[in-house]
Amino acid sequence: MLVLVVDSSTPAVTAALAEVSADGVAVRASRCTVDARAHGELLAPQVDAVLADVGARPADLTAIVAGLGPGPFTGLRVGLVTAATMGQVLGVPTYGVCSLDGLGHPAAAGEPVLAASDARRREIYWAVYDGAGQRLVGPEVAAPAVVAQRARDLAVSVAVGDGAHRYADVLGLPVRDEPRYPAPLALARLAAPRIRAGAPGETLTPLYLRRPDAVAATGHKPVLP
Amino acid sequence: MADEPLILGIETSCDETGVGIVRGHTLLADALASSVEEHARFGGVVPEVASRAHLEAIVPTMDRALREAGVTIADIDAIAVTSGPGLAGALLVGVAAAKGYAVAAEKPVYGVNHLAAHVAVDTLEHGPLPEPAIALLVSGGHSSLLRVDDLARDVVPLGATIDDAAGEAFDKVARLLGLPFPGGPYIDREARAGDPAAIAFPRGLTAAKDLVGHRFDFSFSGLKTAVARWVEARQRAGEPVPVADVAASFQEAVCDVLVGKAIDACRTSGIDTLVIGGGVAANSRLRAMAEQRAGKHGIRVRTPRPKLCTDNGAMVAALGSHLVAAGVAPSRLDLPADSAMPLTVVSV
Ligand SMILES: [Zn+2]
Repeated sequence: MLVLVVDSSTPAVTAALAEVSADGVAVRASRCTVDARAHGELLAPQVDAVLADVGARPADLTAIVAGLGPGPFTGLRVGLVTAATMGQVLGVPTYGVCSLDGLGHPAAAGEPVLAASDARRREIYWAVYDGAGQRLVGPEVAAPAVVAQRARDLAVSVAVGDGAHRYADVLGLPVRDEPRYPAPLALARLAAPRIRAGAPGETLTPLYLRRPDAVAATGHKPVLP
Repeated sequence: MADEPLILGIETSCDETGVGIVRGHTLLADALASSVEEHARFGGVVPEVASRAHLEAIVPTMDRALREAGVTIADIDAIAVTSGPGLAGALLVGVAAAKGYAVAAEKPVYGVNHLAAHVAVDTLEHGPLPEPAIALLVSGGHSSLLRVDDLARDVVPLGATIDDAAGEAFDKVARLLGLPFPGGPYIDREARAGDPAAIAFPRGLTAAKDLVGHRFDFSFSGLKTAVARWVEARQRAGEPVPVADVAASFQEAVCDVLVGKAIDACRTSGIDTLVIGGGVAANSRLRAMAEQRAGKHGIRVRTPRPKLCTDNGAMVAALGSHLVAAGVAPSRLDLPADSAMPLTVVSV
């Protein structure tokens, strides 16, 4: 079964095609461009490109997997609206996976791991995974110093992800180089049970974790002195 | 008829998620979802709230439009989408959606200018647009006067607001008078019972000295402040505020400037067609005043019905249809959302 995977929750814009079979998941084509300001420009051509890479047409897709974030809102929505609209046209199910799982799950190494991506405003999106790659805590958004304390409490020994690289000093944890951004193979693997079972698709709802910045209108400010 | 191209239009530049479907100049579907009520308590459109609403609304709105038109996406010949100007995050949802539909259905996509789409929508009601034409586009987000030499390729900006958009002035004055958001329809309603000559509010950028550099530009900030001063003075004096008279006098001042400058633009360029579009074009006084004054100069006013004046997907589909008919090439798949898209760019 040919599955499209998209993630736009970090500065990396990712489109990949994965083959999901009864006994495994393999990535057949993948495009990833790191550019925090061009998600809208990059993603659709990358989807086109991975389809061309394997000589497939959109109608060959069986399902679409999308990283639900958390991530900076504007870029995050690009991946989700792309997945949702393609799923609608093709009549195939869409499945969401927490984007941090695409970092934490493949980093599993028998000990707790912190996965973090940049949330801007001097904060990170983060989650903690157990030795088998299962999410224990999160996703949440917090200042790196707060996350450092939580990570100590959870006996985390290593960190992964772009957010961990950026705030390595504050987190005080060794940071693994890979994966730096949500890995499409991991996202496909995490959705594979639902894909194989032909589970109903879900509405792709972003993990925003923050409310919109907006202040309710106050009374009129007088213009007369 | 049936061999004319079937065009889908997507609009998300502000707080309306619109999907329209047209065949040639015939409107087949105009589905709309609005987040306006979510913005009401903020007294204006909150960009992030609008963007979130677009993401939730786009798929169901598309479903409704296809059902209304009785077509499937496979029947569509091209997809047009507003790629600017507008709210950056909101535009991006529509542009990414259009690309998702285009990639999945293997259709061409056209990134188009929102303002040109406000002009094009009139073709759904009144047929092909005589060119050149003058267009007055007024809404909560824009106030522009332009010359349309060729709606597919050549639009020339003549003037625009130098501060508030006309619709914004309506919203602010409505708030001052205790009327709900968005203010346009409420001011319009109140004004019907009022005297438009009751209070002499200023007409921005109409003095002889302003006409030198700003002949076709607008300014509504001074008017808004003048209304606020007048209302406050009343309140401080402990006198009741005659809401209907204030609404009527304010509305008269806005319409007087808009219509005056639009007709001046027509006369100086010898153009006898004036198209009025945008949300403020739904204002009953603006429509009546434009008809009446333009008639004196032999100028024909074309104003689409109110539902097509406000932002919608049909207007984008109408422009897309015009571009396809004119043989304009589609956009590339990496087309950006451009919040500051210049008026001179009809499609990218
Ligand atoms: Zn508009």
